[in-house]
Amino acid sequence: MKYEGKAWIFGHDVDTDTIIPARYLTTWDVSLLAPHCMEDVDSGFAREVEPGDVIVAGRNFGCGSSREHAPAVIKALGISAIIAQSFARIFYRNGFNIGLPLVECKEAFERVKRGDRLSLDLEKGEIKNLTRDESYFFNPIPPFMRDLLREGGLVPLLKKGGWRVSSL
Amino acid sequence: MGKAKRGSTLAEKILARHSGRDRVEPGELLLVDVDLTMANDVTAPIAIRSFREAGAERVVDPSRIVLVMDHFTPNKDIASAEQVRECREFAREQGISLYFENDGIAHALLPERGLVLPGQLVLGADSHTCTYGALGALATGVGSTDIAAVWVTGKAWLKVPASIKLVYEGELSPWVTAKDLILKTISDLGVDGANYKALEFSGGTISRLSVEGRMTMANMAIEAGAKAGIFEVDGKTREYLASFLPQGWEIPVPDDGAEYEEVRTYDVSSMGPVVAIPHSPGNVRPVEELSGVRIDQVVIGSCTNGRMEDLRAAAGALSGRKVAPGVRLLILPATRRIYLQALKEGLLEIFADAGATICPPSCGPCLGGHLGVLGKGERCVSTTNRNFLGRMGHPQSEIYLASPIVAAASAVLGRIAHPGEVLK
Repeated sequence: MKYEGKAWIFGHDVDTDTIIPARYLTTWDVSLLAPHCMEDVDSGFAREVEPGDVIVAGRNFGCGSSREHAPAVIKALGISAIIAQSFARIFYRNGFNIGLPLVECKEAFERVKRGDRLSLDLEKGEIKNLTRDESYFFNPIPPFMRDLLREGGLVPLLKKGGWRVSSL
Repeated sequence: MGKAKRGSTLAEKILARHSGRDRVEPGELLLVDVDLTMANDVTAPIAIRSFREAGAERVVDPSRIVLVMDHFTPNKDIASAEQVRECREFAREQGISLYFENDGIAHALLPERGLVLPGQLVLGADSHTCTYGALGALATGVGSTDIAAVWVTGKAWLKVPASIKLVYEGELSPWVTAKDLILKTISDLGVDGANYKALEFSGGTISRLSVEGRMTMANMAIEAGAKAGIFEVDGKTREYLASFLPQGWEIPVPDDGAEYEEVRTYDVSSMGPVVAIPHSPGNVRPVEELSGVRIDQVVIGSCTNGRMEDLRAAAGALSGRKVAPGVRLLILPATRRIYLQALKEGLLEIFADAGATICPPSCGPCLGGHLGVLGKGERCVSTTNRNFLGRMGHPQSEIYLASPIVAAASAVLGRIAHPGEVLK
């Protein structure tokens, strides 16, 4: 599973209120929510992001509330994957459950600059920085988690009969 | 390897029991049976959509589902009313009788109604679900789609967390509360210091702490990134659950030889009240350092600090006093029963007389929803759990997290204040 796009950089502890402020959560229509994504810290992000782009961030991305709206608006904007030094655990579950790849890599955050072109390979565990001609590595995503992404998330997987104990 | 002798932590005990195993190890992925799920007016609509998209028609067990409308209730606008209507109709359609609307905040309501018991495994589509750890349950926040999957299958996948044991010893000084203990702990661990892990709270200080105080601490385990914050059941827990705990209910205890990733011990006897300054619950300072900070609003309530002992503490500082000119004090009893009890005890009269606005039970301003949203440049002392940028309103507003007694003293003086400045 491979993804390619340009990088957007965010810092440490990006919380779910930053990703999508709770004041907008009177709807779960992601097309209405997406324009507000990250608006308190980067007002241009939601307008300028392009399909395929990748978010690169520091530690504890997605901390705070359990709102699934957070990964959902990021996915709705066309972000193909998020690379962070670490993720808050509920956001991590939610990302895979809606079919948004999340990759933990310390080096990427230290090296990648805004606008760099990145290509990700989930099986190999490699991020190629095409702008700087560098590679960064991460623990490959295990097969059952890749299944989740391939199906497009937990809902399509449930449709096919749900969890098989063997897949864990 | 000595593995056979390794004892189990409280979290491991509960997870083993729910996966049909004798014992489990940190890092293992398990498919677990879930005792109870909870979702609210913000997260349940997405779970309902996922449930329908998955092609499901009936939930496996409606008696194990709780729906609590608490975030934007009483419905603040048409959009929030529509979300609640969808939940209400789903509850009716699926025969879910544990549907609550305007009855209070989930994390105060479920314990109050005896819906969570020791040793249970509870998943909630709300990050503060970890509150129920105060009752010896393993309770954790997940996403809406996770909840839908449990509605369909009765099961969920979980990774066994490593456990950190936190031991608190010493007598708390006057005006130092459970809130101060947990803020200090978050600042010590860091806001991601317990990511994926379970916190096990223990020690002499904890055994003297009320069950309500333990809920305040368990509630904020997530602010250190933790999957759960758990307390061992003792006499106080049994007393709290007296009318709910069935005869012979099996209560898990950690093994003597349980292995913790880390054990931290705190001597709390020299600790004073603290405040978390913007924009992180981990930015903790002694209250004395902040006495020059002028404020516009004070919020006392929420799933963290909206219970009886919180309201009694606030009333103690407000009785016979007035809120400082130019300051708005908002009181949100966490549930309808707490509201009624505060009414009977005369606390609401003390609040109203002091110049406070008493709001209905709701999450309200905590997440900037309604009932006290902040404008540009405004500062609020709040007993809630998060002071993230823009959480309570305008991105240029500021939230200072504190205990109810510090919040009440600050309301009286119009600036961040040590309770001793008011109560002498």
